[in-house]
Amino acid sequence: MVKKYNTPEEAKQDQQYLDTLKELIFQLADDDLLISHRGSEWLGLAPHIEEDVAYSSITQNTMGHAAMLYELLEELGVGKADDLAHLRKPEEYRNARLVERVNGTGDYKENPDYDFGYAIIRNYAYELFKKIRLEALQQSSFVPLADTARKIKREQYYHLYHWEVWIDQLAHSTDEAQKRLNNAIQKTWEDVASLFDLGPKGDQIVEYGLLESGEMLKKKFMDQFKAKMENSGLIWPGEPQPLSETGREGRHSEEFVDALNHLSEVYKMDPQASW
Amino acid sequence: MFKPEITIHSDDPRVQEFLERIENGEKIEVDDWMPDDYRLQLIKLIAMHGISEIMGAFPEKEWVPKAPTLKRKLSLMAKVQDEVGHGQLLIRVAEDLMHPLGKTREDLIEDLFSGRLKFHNVFHMPAPSWADAALIGWLVDGAAIVTQKMLAHTSYAPYARALKRIILEERFHAYHGEDMVIALGDGTEQQREMMQDALNRWWPALLMFFGPPENGEIKSNQEINIRYKIRSKTNEELRQEFLDKYVPQIRALGLEVPDDNIYYDETKKQWVYTHPDYTYLRDVIAKNQGPRSQNRLNLRKIGFDNNEWVREALLHNQKAIS
Repeated sequence: MVKKYNTPEEAKQDQQYLDTLKELIFQLADDDLLISHRGSEWLGLAPHIEEDVAYSSITQNTMGHAAMLYELLEELGVGKADDLAHLRKPEEYRNARLVERVNGTGDYKENPDYDFGYAIIRNYAYELFKKIRLEALQQSSFVPLADTARKIKREQYYHLYHWEVWIDQLAHSTDEAQKRLNNAIQKTWEDVASLFDLGPKGDQIVEYGLLESGEMLKKKFMDQFKAKMENSGLIWPGEPQPLSETGREGRHSEEFVDALNHLSEVYKMDPQASW
Repeated sequence: MFKPEITIHSDDPRVQEFLERIENGEKIEVDDWMPDDYRLQLIKLIAMHGISEIMGAFPEKEWVPKAPTLKRKLSLMAKVQDEVGHGQLLIRVAEDLMHPLGKTREDLIEDLFSGRLKFHNVFHMPAPSWADAALIGWLVDGAAIVTQKMLAHTSYAPYARALKRIILEERFHAYHGEDMVIALGDGTEQQREMMQDALNRWWPALLMFFGPPENGEIKSNQEINIRYKIRSKTNEELRQEFLDKYVPQIRALGLEVPDDNIYYDETKKQWVYTHPDYTYLRDVIAKNQGPRSQNRLNLRKIGFDNNEWVREALLHNQKAIS
């Protein structure tokens, strides 16, 4: 039976537990921050107006999830939520590679050449993983995190459903749509393993009962993803290659640094000011 | 676009009946009989309104990923999402009116790209700083509320219903914009400068928002609008309302109205101010040659073209079902 920590104050009494907990919440918050940032670049570019409304609603909810998680860190005494989201150095961010990838080529304001097929599959993969992770987090030894996970999951259900509907609609339509979705799966697969990595404190995260192991998360994910692909007549790409570099250790792409510069540009003008 | 006919076929007895309904303050529904020029005028007005909501997402979109705090990121995303939602709502109203003419949403989008369908002058302007995003939220939405409050009394019921919902949300937007402006106006020197710069930049466009003054010469277009009670106030009346409301608020924030000659004439009960160059509307904006016209049309077009395969796939499914 793992020990439960009911409040931030209790967690703060146990330095090792606190360090492990912080590491985990940064992974959760940074994942949501980056995928939401990428979503916000899609604004005004979706296939139709209704999708623009729906996708931006998902993006907004997800930014809300990131904000809730940074606030948890603030309650744990790590720093001000806005400073944590905007002012850390790139190597201090703990998000998975998959969520930092660009939407396509070109600048979001000038000449965005974005691939909606990749948006569907990347978001589906992330939301499926997020659901599995949230389900596990509901048993977390840090009770405020388990409560937050429950809250997030109520909205997140619809996010996953949204991308599933897109797969259902497009997988059995034209040859081109099928080809694009299969290409997007290949591209997503280059980074998918980054999701299951729990980072340098992975073992402690599991020992402390904060979250189940990356292996478990991965197994559940692969079973469900594979079933979805097979039911949709899409090509199951098999086991993903393990990654040599990991975002959970703060190793990020150039694309990530650009994203970070964008999302913190105004705040960094004067972090002391009230915006 | 559909060129509205100016003449009313008054020999048709239905026209007289229709005008009587309008005179009695009755509201017209989509399936009611209506004169062609009423329908065409509505399509023109509502399509432009709808497409402007959608094009209006682009200047603000530039600042969504960069919004300074988590709270601002959330609220600006929500706001821009609302605007696109308004666009959808309005385009649905226009689509119903276009249906008997065999026209669809695709035609509207094509008209936008070809320049036949205009989008609002303010959305052709650049938004180079965060303060522009704040100003758009406060004053562009504020100007829109002035126009929309008048249009909410329009004789065409589906448009009036859509506007009631839109105005409710726009009020939140204006509060949201005001909150951003206050943060900057009460902020550091750098923030106050950003805010004043943005106001200076946007002032002429805000005055132009309402269109050229009539100076006693009502154009045929407006005449139809007023006769059919599609709208009830002139451009200049609306601009005066805007100045009534916002000049004091701008000053209360410690910002300067960038017009040395502006004053309130107590005897005439109206604002006297420096008019912007309205020919700019006709010669530059109406030709999509404003500073950011092509960029924003281009973004819309990229989104449209890149996703053609998605629309084709959806259409393929529909065919398979039917």
